[in-house]
Amino acid sequence: MSRSVWKGPFVDAYVLKKAEKSRESGRNEVIKIWSRRSTILPQFVGLTFGVYNGKKHIPVNVSEEMIGQKFGEYSPTRTYYGHAADKKAKRK
Amino acid sequence: MARIAGVNIPTAKRVPVALTYVTGIGPSSARSICDAVGIDPARRVNELSDSDVLKLREHIDENYTVEGDLRRETQMNIKRLMDLGCYRGLRHRRNLPVRGQRTHTNARTRKGPAKAIAGKKK
Repeated sequence: MSRSVWKGPFVDAYVLKKAEKSRESGRNEVIKIWSRRSTILPQFVGLTFGVYNGKKHIPVNVSEEMIGQKFGEYSPTRTYYGHAADKKAKRK
Repeated sequence: MARIAGVNIPTAKRVPVALTYVTGIGPSSARSICDAVGIDPARRVNELSDSDVLKLREHIDENYTVEGDLRRETQMNIKRLMDLGCYRGLRHRRNLPVRGQRTHTNARTRKGPAKAIAGKKK
């Protein structure tokens, strides 16, 4: 079920604060955030966030199309390079 | 013979059924098209007059995205996801299920026929 509209979008408060701060200052460095669950808001467009994937902060350049999605969608948490057996089979 | 929305030529079937041969028109929208144009759903396509067919064609052109246009639209939506670099796009790129289904077993629709793995014995 989707979230009730009357609640508004969910964003962790510290993300908003950090975004605003970098807006006011130079607006070019990566904003490190851990909150993968936060919604991407219209006022984030143009900023670059470093979204934590459990290991690293993945730089995400927010564009207009990303509005309404979550930060976590842009920072994959799993690494998978395929099975060794698959590679052997392909070489043949 | 009746051409509706380009190449589709459904013939001796009842009108709502014949309309579902067009990509983008299912049973439900086919029925509502018949209602809107005022064609008895029990009639068959070869009983229709030319003006009836024309009315159908115009109604569909105006209100529905069908065939090539629809396919292009879907394709564009998928391409948009892939270019965005989001999770759904990644899944599309790898031809894996997009909506969180399990891939340990099943997922054959997306993965295609099972490939035998060399050296995997009991």
